[in-house]
Amino acid sequence: MSAAAVLAEPMTMTEDGSEAKMESGAAVVAAFVEQRDGSVRATAHEVVGAAAELARDLGGEVHALAVGGPGLGAECGQLGARGAGVIRVAEGAELAQYQAESYAHIVAGMVAGGGYQAVLFPASALGADLAPRVAALLDVPLASDATGLEVVDGGLVVTRPVYGGKAFARVAFDASPAVVSLRPHVFPPGTRAAAGRVEVFTPAGGAPAGGRAVDFRAASGGSVDVAEAEIVVSGGRGLRGPENWGVIEDVRDALGPAAALGASRAVVDAGWRPHGEQVGQTGKTIAPKLYFALAISGAIQHLAGMRTARTIVAVNKDADAPIFNVADYGIVGDVFEVAPVLAAEIRRLKSAGG
Amino acid sequence: MNVTVCIRRVPDTETRIRVGEDGVSIDTSGVKYIVSPYDEFAVEAGLRVTEGLGAGQVTVVTVGDAGATESLKNSLAMGVHRALLLEGEVTMDGLATAKALAAELAEADAPLILLGVKAADDDQQQVGPMLATLLGRPCATAVTRLEVRDGHVRCHREVEGGTELVDLPLPCVVTITKGTYEPRYATLKGIMAARRKPLERRPAELPAARLRVLGLQPPAPRPPGRIVGEGVEAVPELVRLLREEAGAL
Ligand SMILES: Cc1cc2nc3c(=O)[nH]c(=O)nc-3n(C[C@H](O)[C@H](O)[C@H](O)COP(=O)(O)OP(=O)(O)OC[C@H]3O[C@@H](n4cnc5c(N)ncnc54)[C@H](O)[C@@H]3O)c2cc1C
Repeated sequence: MSAAAVLAEPMTMTEDGSEAKMESGAAVVAAFVEQRDGSVRATAHEVVGAAAELARDLGGEVHALAVGGPGLGAECGQLGARGAGVIRVAEGAELAQYQAESYAHIVAGMVAGGGYQAVLFPASALGADLAPRVAALLDVPLASDATGLEVVDGGLVVTRPVYGGKAFARVAFDASPAVVSLRPHVFPPGTRAAAGRVEVFTPAGGAPAGGRAVDFRAASGGSVDVAEAEIVVSGGRGLRGPENWGVIEDVRDALGPAAALGASRAVVDAGWRPHGEQVGQTGKTIAPKLYFALAISGAIQHLAGMRTARTIVAVNKDADAPIFNVADYGIVGDVFEVAPVLAAEIRRLKSAGG
Repeated sequence: MNVTVCIRRVPDTETRIRVGEDGVSIDTSGVKYIVSPYDEFAVEAGLRVTEGLGAGQVTVVTVGDAGATESLKNSLAMGVHRALLLEGEVTMDGLATAKALAAELAEADAPLILLGVKAADDDQQQVGPMLATLLGRPCATAVTRLEVRDGHVRCHREVEGGTELVDLPLPCVVTITKGTYEPRYATLKGIMAARRKPLERRPAELPAARLRVLGLQPPAPRPPGRIVGEGVEAVPELVRLLREEAGAL
């Protein structure tokens, strides 16, 4: 029953994983590789990149750890360029889709024999689901949604937001390995190339029974998800109704495929937009490169979700709206007038030189 | 079927957060506390499950100090049947909290355990799946809606790009996020009835925390922004600044 017992003999869980350990003596940091439908996600480039920075400070190499269907090993070769010395890939036909319990079991097994000082995950939906289970199997604590990593006196210190971003805590571990998940878009994709040797193995089964995914319903609209987008265009109650969302969509479309729609809670609670688009304390916490708050007042719970965006733009007809306190650039004006001109101006700029 | 909901008392999301004199915790003077919003969704979900089945009781459990009884009473007033305070100091180390809950719930009649997806104080987003792992039970996180069917629970999970439907065999653990379960208000009758409901307390089997907070700081102030201008005339300048100064376009 006890989780720790599952890992009493960690290396017996994998067939070739133990060899990987012996070949590479100086592994210090493990980076979990998120894949979807066999493609490596952008978060993996960030997590491997952050691991490479840490490994440099700690004096060792990065092992990227991936789990997925047949062929994933070939896809993962790209992670060498991001800083992975070794890429350990657990492949199996039944592993193509994420399944929490079996992924956790396999990753914990790879970590348990690896001698790592730190294990990094993305704080994406998948990472947030997986990392706590792996930490519990390893019987070590987890620091979630980190925005900063540093090495102090040979130990890892994590900076992470608390109280909805109203404070930041610096946290140290009294256990090893330190397990950390990283807020997406905060850490740059790795550029420190390493050997990138791919080692594929077939994990043994034995994960406890878990949930079974029975269906996936894609959000309507089909554009990039607000949590993954580099640019987010959010609309608030000032839009007056769902029939006016064309104004917001026009700006999003002008910005191109990297841009997603977001919304305030007022808008979601009124049923104008789906909950999946909500940004804030009880919605998604995001850190895009560019965030547009259009007719959003900037309540503290909204700021909780977007204040770590790199650049914030606000359009609001009220010059005293609190959103202007966090916005890098603001326009005081009517969204119905400003947004269409904004969309047109962005299109003009893009067609004039990309 | 009985439902167990694990809740946590946190500062009101409206509260101004000031760093305390010790530099590692918040100044609690004048802070108003609430049940963490996600946990309230979980309480609501638990009530709807037992109401839907027409059978079973909902128990709320919290790890916390004596002040947390206030949060338990809020849940009792919403209609929960019984409450349990596991006395101990909650920290950012969610694994320690999960162990205290696991020690209590492993042998209890708790086939369906619900939690909020995260607590609105440390935002760690981990106690639910850790508890499930310690108990060796399946778990679905970030669930907006659940339906109990014969022997399993169908969970609607919110993930990037859409909704995933997952079936979990019972017993299991589910963490709830915003979506379906807008918490009901406590009625006066509910508040009166809450006084007569069982509220037990005993020490938590809480191991020492192994995450150490070295310091707490207010967020780095964003560099002062500026109002580019008023109305449509300001748009070309905004777009120019986004490209040339911010490098964002
Ligand atoms: C526990 C809890 C959790 C919460 N979680 C969240 C969350 O996750 N996300 C979130 O967003 N909120 C959240 N809230 C709600 C939050 O407090 C605010 O109520 C909400 O963010 C307000 O949304 P809004 O800015 O769209 O609406 P409002 O506050 O009504 O603001 C509308 C703005 O539009 C402007 N406006 C009106 N007309 C125009 C126009 N024609 N042109 C330009 N500007 C115009 C107005 O000046 C105003 O500033 C939460 C609250 C609580 C208590």
